[in-house]
Amino acid sequence: MVTLTIDGKVIEAEEGMMVLDVATAHNIYIPALCAHESVSPYGACRLCLVEVKTGSGRERLVTSCLYPVEEGLEVKTNTERVRRNRQTIIDLLLARCPESEVIQDMARQLGVEKTSYPQEDHGSCILCALCVRACEEVVGVSAISLVNRGVEREMAIPFYDDSNACIGCGSCAYICPTGAIKMEDSGDTRTITMPGNVIEFKLAKCSVCGDYFAPEKQLEYMARKASLEPDFFDRCINCRD
Amino acid sequence: MNRLSSPQELEALRESIVRNRDTRRRCLTICGGTGCLALGAEELIAAFRSEVESRGLISGVDIRVTGCPGFCERGPLVVIEPENILYQRVRPKDVAEIVSETIVSGKIIDRLLYVDPNTGQKAVHESEVPFYKKQLRLLLADNSRIDPNNVNDYIALGGYSALVKAIFKMSPVEVLEEVRKANLRGRGGGGFATARKWQTTRDAEGEPKYVICNCDEGDPGAFMDRSLMEGNPHSAIEGMLIGAYAIGSNEGFIYVRNEYPLAVLHAETAIRQAEECGLLGDNILGSGFSCRISINRGGGAFVCGESTALMASLEGKVGEPRAKYIHTSEKGLWEKPTNLNNVETWANVPLIINKGADWYRQIGTENSKGTKIFSLVGKVNNTGLVEVPMGMTLREIVTDIGGGVPKGKKLKAVQTGGPSGGCIPESMLDIPVDFDELDKVGSMMGSGGMIVMDETNCMVDIARYFISFLEGESCGKCVPCREGLKRMREILTGITEGRGEEEDIERLERLSETLMDSALCGLGQTAPNPVLTSIRYFRDEYQAHIRDKRCPAGVCKALITYSISDKCPGCGLCIKTCPQGAITLVEKKKPVLLDQEKCIKCGACYDVCRLDSVIVK
Repeated sequence: MVTLTIDGKVIEAEEGMMVLDVATAHNIYIPALCAHESVSPYGACRLCLVEVKTGSGRERLVTSCLYPVEEGLEVKTNTERVRRNRQTIIDLLLARCPESEVIQDMARQLGVEKTSYPQEDHGSCILCALCVRACEEVVGVSAISLVNRGVEREMAIPFYDDSNACIGCGSCAYICPTGAIKMEDSGDTRTITMPGNVIEFKLAKCSVCGDYFAPEKQLEYMARKASLEPDFFDRCINCRD
Repeated sequence: MNRLSSPQELEALRESIVRNRDTRRRCLTICGGTGCLALGAEELIAAFRSEVESRGLISGVDIRVTGCPGFCERGPLVVIEPENILYQRVRPKDVAEIVSETIVSGKIIDRLLYVDPNTGQKAVHESEVPFYKKQLRLLLADNSRIDPNNVNDYIALGGYSALVKAIFKMSPVEVLEEVRKANLRGRGGGGFATARKWQTTRDAEGEPKYVICNCDEGDPGAFMDRSLMEGNPHSAIEGMLIGAYAIGSNEGFIYVRNEYPLAVLHAETAIRQAEECGLLGDNILGSGFSCRISINRGGGAFVCGESTALMASLEGKVGEPRAKYIHTSEKGLWEKPTNLNNVETWANVPLIINKGADWYRQIGTENSKGTKIFSLVGKVNNTGLVEVPMGMTLREIVTDIGGGVPKGKKLKAVQTGGPSGGCIPESMLDIPVDFDELDKVGSMMGSGGMIVMDETNCMVDIARYFISFLEGESCGKCVPCREGLKRMREILTGITEGRGEEEDIERLERLSETLMDSALCGLGQTAPNPVLTSIRYFRDEYQAHIRDKRCPAGVCKALITYSISDKCPGCGLCIKTCPQGAITLVEKKKPVLLDQEKCIKCGACYDVCRLDSVIVK
């Protein structure tokens, strides 16, 4: 265990934990868009910047999602310098995704009412890679990725074409912080709408109640992963014992 | 090649190579570096070979194709030993004469000698050329003494003797201490203390440990590492082996960009030959120390020169950087302790071990020891690679070595450190060049790019160019770099196109501040340098663009007009050159007429006019 202070509050934390997680666990709010407890930290949105002073006296700005706690660390989450940087960053994101309510709310909260730059239309995707990380680390199929470099960067399925790897589980839609990926079930079909693609999946029917409950591909994948019979998942969650 | 199994065998081999060489024998040394190859060196080498053969001189004349000696401006370069006669801009048509006159009859061919444009004096030998005079070429000099495809050339000059000294006479800690004492700092950009990095890697937990040689140089116009890897690959390999020994590593990688095909080829050959000699691989020279080195070719992304992105790329992943709060020396390649240095840094190591830290410390300034290679390009008479002791002033480099600005134009600024370095104004050129002094004026050493600008360079346009380059090379992972550079480029483009607003300077400063504070890696953090320094030192140029809608340097097309002076004698050269047919002859021997409606401001008339009768405003 190490002892550190966050905004003056003395906190004990387990070695190896990141400052952002420790702050969150102690109800200290640090804004962040690309961090999620289920996936590894990434450091893309840069909103979780904080000022730190290390035990040896070094002072600097760091991204709290990636900075491990250490003995004697002093963290300040809301200094003038931190606020100024966050404002510029959210201003840039607001220009990129002016229609996104999540970004609008975050901007207002950080003191930016309207963007200083010409507005663009990139939908709501902020390229935080939460979907990509969830698909790889949690689901284990890596059906989506971020492609191209710099301003050309975008989220895509392989070759922008129908993705065979995707099992339609919807984890990407669930984890997306801005709702850029949407999922809708209607009748026997699940539709996942991504920034550049729309993919449809056939849903399996519950053998007891007859409701459509999960994509067939997902059930097959789960059964295969767990070495179960292919028809093991034949009923919905409500009809299971 | 017999595998050498002891230091004595290496020394015996060296002695036999030297003994069997006739020092009076003629040798044609031809630069086969990328610069000279681009100027036709390949045909030249072939012409020399066939001429020497057809005249039956093969038994008396050697032809050695070497790496780059640095004076690219005057390539292809040929040096004739043992007299060290330097011929420049040699063409295949000169070959027969060189062989018959100089090689056979010992006469100097006047027209192939270098003429100092400032004094009109001719130089017969390399050492008399002002470009070389002020340099201290500890690393580069060997480029013209070595055929990089022949390990014997390197061995003959004492190659691998530093490795022998390190692994047979010194403990790893002693090697490390020697490098620490020499105060060697990384030549790749940051100037981080090399020994400190080695120490951290050595002390870090985890096995195996790796060493990496970064040859992913990507700065526009810079080619220091390329020339070293092309011209003297063994020096980097020897440095890596010494470093690996000090750190406790047995495996190394050379990460070289695939756009450097000659560097890739020479590194491959060097590794193979060193392995065959027993200088690389298992049980080096019977010492018990083993180290393998392999090559990894980079795909050309600029950001892959950044250590964490390079390692991701080496692992086969997308070349994107990650946060370095946990250093790569602790968790680098495949999460193992990894020490990365660039080619020039590694190449310094054998020197330090051989000649000692005390010798090395005498060169340079208080906190920057040794020499630094710069790629001197832009508006300067002698473009090429220059190696100077740290602490030489920028003015000495540009004026004395570089020969000043061509065509009598006025020097305006020097940009150091690659695309994310700063522009240093003429008034500050007397600062000594070392890591700290360049930092102080808002620029940086970087890997050694040095771009000279004259009065016809627009500083706003320069800033726009570099930001646009970096925008294209940003990996796009973090918001400030991806979105911020795009906005900076938009603002700068607006200013150069006459759409600038008073608040633009402040907007650029605000974005710069955020990039420096919050971008994920060095690319984004240093990207604002050209913008901030050009605002700091050339604010009046920004204001002229913004307020007066005028480009004082006459570069920004939207803000300039071309016109014809009254002195124009109507020679008609511009009429033939104009791609738009915008210029017409009114009357013989009278000024031509330029139709502003048709003019696309390409500047072709301005470039072609010999009488300065085209005016840019």
